[in-house]
Amino acid sequence: MYDNLWLIPFFPLLGFLINGLLGRKIKNEKVIGTIGTLAIFASFIVSCMYFVRLLGDDIKTHETIVASWMTMGPLSIDWGFLLDPLSALMILNVTGLSTLIHLYSIGYMHGEDGYARFFAYLNLFTFAMLMLVLGNNALVMFVGWEGVGLCSYLLIGYYYEKKSASDAGKKAFVVNRVGDFGFLIGLFTLFWALGQNGVWTINFTEIAANTGSLENGGIIVTIITLCFFLGATGKSAQIPLYTWLPDAMEGPTPVSALIHAATMVTAGVYMIGRMNGLFAMAPDTMMTIAIVGAATAIFAATIGFAQNDIKRVLAYSTVSQLGYMFLAMGVGAFTAGIFHLLTHAFFKACLFLGSGSVIHGLHHAYHHAHLHDDAQDMRNMGGIRKKMPITFVTFFLSTLAICGLPFFSAFFSKDEILWWSFASPRGHWILWLVGTAAAGMTAFYMFRLVFMTFFGKQKTDARAKDHIPESPLVMTLPLIILATLATFGGLIGVPHVIGNTVGHIPNLIQDFLAPVFAHTQELHHIHAHGTAAVEFGLMGVSVGIGLVGIGLAWIMYCKYPEIPARVCNRFSRLHKAVYNKWYVDELYDALIVNPTKRLGTGLWQFFDVRIVDGIVNGLGRCIRGTGELLRHTQTGYTHSYAMSMVIGVVLIIAICVFQ
Amino acid sequence: MIVSVQHYMVVSAILFSLGTIGVLTRRNAIVVFMCIELMLNAVNLTFIALSSHLGNLDGQIFVLFIMTVAAAEAAVGLALMIAFYRNRESIDVEDFNLLKL
Repeated sequence: MYDNLWLIPFFPLLGFLINGLLGRKIKNEKVIGTIGTLAIFASFIVSCMYFVRLLGDDIKTHETIVASWMTMGPLSIDWGFLLDPLSALMILNVTGLSTLIHLYSIGYMHGEDGYARFFAYLNLFTFAMLMLVLGNNALVMFVGWEGVGLCSYLLIGYYYEKKSASDAGKKAFVVNRVGDFGFLIGLFTLFWALGQNGVWTINFTEIAANTGSLENGGIIVTIITLCFFLGATGKSAQIPLYTWLPDAMEGPTPVSALIHAATMVTAGVYMIGRMNGLFAMAPDTMMTIAIVGAATAIFAATIGFAQNDIKRVLAYSTVSQLGYMFLAMGVGAFTAGIFHLLTHAFFKACLFLGSGSVIHGLHHAYHHAHLHDDAQDMRNMGGIRKKMPITFVTFFLSTLAICGLPFFSAFFSKDEILWWSFASPRGHWILWLVGTAAAGMTAFYMFRLVFMTFFGKQKTDARAKDHIPESPLVMTLPLIILATLATFGGLIGVPHVIGNTVGHIPNLIQDFLAPVFAHTQELHHIHAHGTAAVEFGLMGVSVGIGLVGIGLAWIMYCKYPEIPARVCNRFSRLHKAVYNKWYVDELYDALIVNPTKRLGTGLWQFFDVRIVDGIVNGLGRCIRGTGELLRHTQTGYTHSYAMSMVIGVVLIIAICVFQ
Repeated sequence: MIVSVQHYMVVSAILFSLGTIGVLTRRNAIVVFMCIELMLNAVNLTFIALSSHLGNLDGQIFVLFIMTVAAAEAAVGLALMIAFYRNRESIDVEDFNLLKL
């Protein structure tokens, strides 16, 4: 029944091969775009079929093995796929969003060089992401894990003639390698630790079944999970490895929406969800995850205050929202974390695509007026809502969603996370406080963005401002769909406290994911305890603080637009530090990058040039010198040869005679 | 005076030394060549003398071989000499230096 799971990653791979190999010959943008989008859409249809099938099935975990990969002693690894509620949700998310974003790209990338290359990479990315979420063992997941990293690198550096873009690509790749190193060490240690008890496996279901053989809360399981978490911090842009994500905005905007907001960066969250049994056994790791998540949420939000590039604000917002997901994972609210992953994918993809639509429009206008202003700088925007009504409405709805206003999607998911961080035995009120503060800050910087971009006076150059068009239907249609999802998507996870008050609204996502997470939560007694009054109270606080953030943004950027400049002057040093992202990049440069470069230069100039080259060249010179010396014995005169022969003979005879 | 085997030895040693000195000092290839013949004949003389003294015919057989080889050598050697002369218009051994750097 589930034998054809391989079709899901197969279609994107096929699309990649067609566009990658034949794209230069096809040349026609419409054909290329259609192939790319249809490949993903086919995979979306198959995903939907399997999702529906899984809904109606009593058995919730299905594995199919396509082929054997390798066998080494007691370990055999297969190309296998695992379909359970978690991966079913993820494939729907990945293929669905990917379809919309491919559709959007047809319009957005119109007229760009390397149109086929773009679609080929995007298809390859979707393939790798599907391998990541569908893999039934850690190694297949790792193939996907590396594959998405590669595609991320290729797509960030899509405008490779631009130095900043290719630098950003390299940075993303190198920073991710640090995380991948952690992932591998974690995997090896886990493999070894399970092997101590005679079970040699990296299969997820077998790992889950055998975690009991490890010591609960022991040092081994803590090390393993910490290593895996290091991998997650790299891929999902958490402190300390988040620095690559804001730079990744050098890539085209659909890439930012798909890879750096909706799918790839959530891989770390998914990985923790996939191995929830293991992580729940290590309370120390869980605490680390929760603290790192909360810290990232608030830290990235502060940087979002002072950025002027529209995509960079969204990038820091993504880092911050990913922090929420890790906070959820850390306090044991696995369902809430995955739920927030989904809602975030909806509203953040919509926000990114909306910003792309604005950039596209401005770019068009500047092109028309032969100007070279920065189409991503919010200081060049303002009042765009009248020019781009559809973009504005969708963007505004998604902003309301991310701010957690009641009954928008993030209201449910974010409050679920905050509730758990307060009421879970693994939580703490400080975590709740940090999360709530970050929610207020999110509301502030998101509305700052909205007011600067869509409201107020038009600050676009006078020659260009009348030529800003609304984007074409291929771009606005995905926006409309995503905004609808961002608005209503949260209704799949109405918390019981509201559901029971209003009527009998079930928490669909919690029931759906229960086969994956409920067992772990039972085993380790991770449940949110508290009265409905407290839960409502906390909800009220977070909504209230969100409204305060919105109000503050309205006062500062709409009502009295002269305030921000005064605040910046009053706290000029603080503003400078925030504007420069707290100098974290500079700190990393000073502490890690430059010393590594110096070490490399030193090794090159000393060890390589002096020692390695020295030995090789020295050996050559030695032999040459010996030859030079011995050359003089070869005079070329027959006489001297005859003489040496005679002397030799005389000597031999003398030895024989006088012995 | 009885010519003993010692006398033969001394004569042949003197001949051999003369030949060697000739090979080492003379520059004309033909003279060098003749000196080599002298050395060969000194050896022949030793063989004959000792063969007669010891009553063993082996030495005399060797001498026949050496004479044969010497004849062949003379033929080859002279041919080489002529070929060399044609190339260099000289038979000075100092000019035999094509292999020198």
